[in-house]
Amino acid sequence: MGMIEAILLTVITAATPLVIASLGELVTERAGVLNLGVEGMMIMGAAIAFAATQMTGSPYVGVVAGIAGGALFSLLFGFLTLTLVANQVATGLALTILGLGVSGQIGEPYAGMSGVKLQPIAIPLLADIPFLGPLLFRQDLIFYLSIMLVIGINWFLFSSRAGLKLRAIGDNHASAHALGIHVIRTRYLAVMFGGACAGLAGAQLSLVYTPQWVETMSAGRGWIALALVVFASWRPWRVLAGGYLFGAVSISQLHAQAFGIGIPPQFLSSLPYVATVVVLILISHNRRVTLINTPASLGKPFVPDR
Amino acid sequence: MRIELEKRPRPSTLLSVLSPFLALALTVVAGGIMFALIGKNPVAALYSFFVEPLTDVWSLHEIAVKAAPLILIGAGLSVCYRSNNWNIGAEGQFIMGAIAGAIVPVVFHDWHSPLVLPLMLVFGMIGGALYAAIPAFLKAHMNTNEILTSLMLVYIAQLFLDWLVRGPWRSPDAYNFPVTRDFTPEAILPEMIASGRTNYGFAFAILAAVGLWFMMRYTLKGFEISVLGQSERAGRFAGFSSRRMIWFSMLLSGALAGLAGISEVSGVIGKLQPIISPGYGFTAIIVAFLGRLNPLGIIAAGLFLALTYVGGEAVQLTLNVSDKVTRVFQGLLLFFVLSCDTLIQYRVRLVLSGLGRSGQGEAH
Repeated sequence: MGMIEAILLTVITAATPLVIASLGELVTERAGVLNLGVEGMMIMGAAIAFAATQMTGSPYVGVVAGIAGGALFSLLFGFLTLTLVANQVATGLALTILGLGVSGQIGEPYAGMSGVKLQPIAIPLLADIPFLGPLLFRQDLIFYLSIMLVIGINWFLFSSRAGLKLRAIGDNHASAHALGIHVIRTRYLAVMFGGACAGLAGAQLSLVYTPQWVETMSAGRGWIALALVVFASWRPWRVLAGGYLFGAVSISQLHAQAFGIGIPPQFLSSLPYVATVVVLILISHNRRVTLINTPASLGKPFVPDR
Repeated sequence: MRIELEKRPRPSTLLSVLSPFLALALTVVAGGIMFALIGKNPVAALYSFFVEPLTDVWSLHEIAVKAAPLILIGAGLSVCYRSNNWNIGAEGQFIMGAIAGAIVPVVFHDWHSPLVLPLMLVFGMIGGALYAAIPAFLKAHMNTNEILTSLMLVYIAQLFLDWLVRGPWRSPDAYNFPVTRDFTPEAILPEMIASGRTNYGFAFAILAAVGLWFMMRYTLKGFEISVLGQSERAGRFAGFSSRRMIWFSMLLSGALAGLAGISEVSGVIGKLQPIISPGYGFTAIIVAFLGRLNPLGIIAAGLFLALTYVGGEAVQLTLNVSDKVTRVFQGLLLFFVLSCDTLIQYRVRLVLSGLGRSGQGEAH
């Protein structure tokens, strides 16, 4: 395997959790809900997936547990912001703080254990294509899921009736309600979908990226995923592109060290965070473009009149 | 079964006082259940978590030491949140304040003067304010979301501190440990009460909270903050500038977080090291909400959350429970605070069947 292939493989592994978590948040935000708890749901997914894998020996059980854990955890956020109309920004922060605490407790018995890695699945014929085969068709289940999610969500949002309703709710919940669309029910589903995706992204971290449990191993990826949604102006394909860009930035540290470049490692580690800030500036300095793209009801609570 | 909300004609005063206490009670109950689930006697665990630290002088001082940064940061954040500026990067401003303040005792360690400490405190405030100026500038002039930028800057500050103490600022006589030189005695924030460790950081915290309470309640600036926070449009009609409010609230909260940072380093740790905060900047967000964004309430809330840190250490020792329960408690508390706040604005009603009690509920 060549050098370029090896580098691209690490980029894909680093990008996949960002893409998945970001796609989930994209759907949530398209429904008009801003869930800042991605980091918390992601680390919960990572802890639960690792624990379930250790208990059963099967990383596939871990993947399912991570998805379910993230979705269930997001229900807490849903109950507070949708049923009790609590402030979405504050509740999202609460979800992150709680997730970091609870995941620490779940993962504590497993700290330092070596995990079970999710093995790649080679797709017959396609896996033998030179260069592209090993990169795209000799990957683990979660990578394939990430690509299917991009295609599926893009279809759902822009070609299906349910997706049209979801976008209508995100742009004007009062009108959607007047048309008889179930605003709260749809938002619950969107929040849970976001939670499930964040959980899956977390499972990728503890089963593929670094197959072990380290406290706070999400290291801000949930927040970067949130920034990616803005960067992608709420469009699935752009999330994919943005995710790979950030994946490339975040692994530059490893490779710069390998090449012996004399920059302090801390500076290289801070690159993804610096890049996030820079990208946010570039994408949002034009107020009008931001306004057109942002779901108009984003972050606004909805209480049906009676 | 579903839950229906009915808007109250006006917010309930009674519940706005009661809701933080209700949230505390719910947190204690949930905590008891959690202890029972991990196989500990819930009464004993809750006792050593919440009560025992209050029974000896040493722990009371520990609570004051830990409450000081929480109150300082939380009071500043309350001004931000009231004016609808979501600074969640106080942890980074805390670190940058500590670094800026430490320039004096680390770089100019041969300079001995009574001016050292005041200069450190001023530098700390400037450092925190300058670091908060980045998200402020980006929000006010580049339309960039302050939540994400201020948070990203936390990670950058942590890495910067890590680089400093392992690189250029590493002490020559610390055997390669990643610490700076110990601060000289004139660079140490003195203790305030003879019986223990409480330092002047606690006094700063109380002064800042009372000062901000006065500002919010009795000055035009305080009025401006709440008007702009509730409706930017209404504020514009009154001639208030939301752009200047972004600058004001962010710089103020950054300066207070920076002061908290340098006070912690100078009064408690005595040098710089890779980790100087057990997440004070994030816990202060909980403090701000538990104190209902009122600086006086924040004093009480800060003391309570300091108790959760000390209580967490206590159960770790006495019951062999992981200190991670502290974070769980803090997260639960914020959840309950936010849910109880709903009761202030709304009547909450459980509807058992599809038919509303008054017959008006639509079928779902």
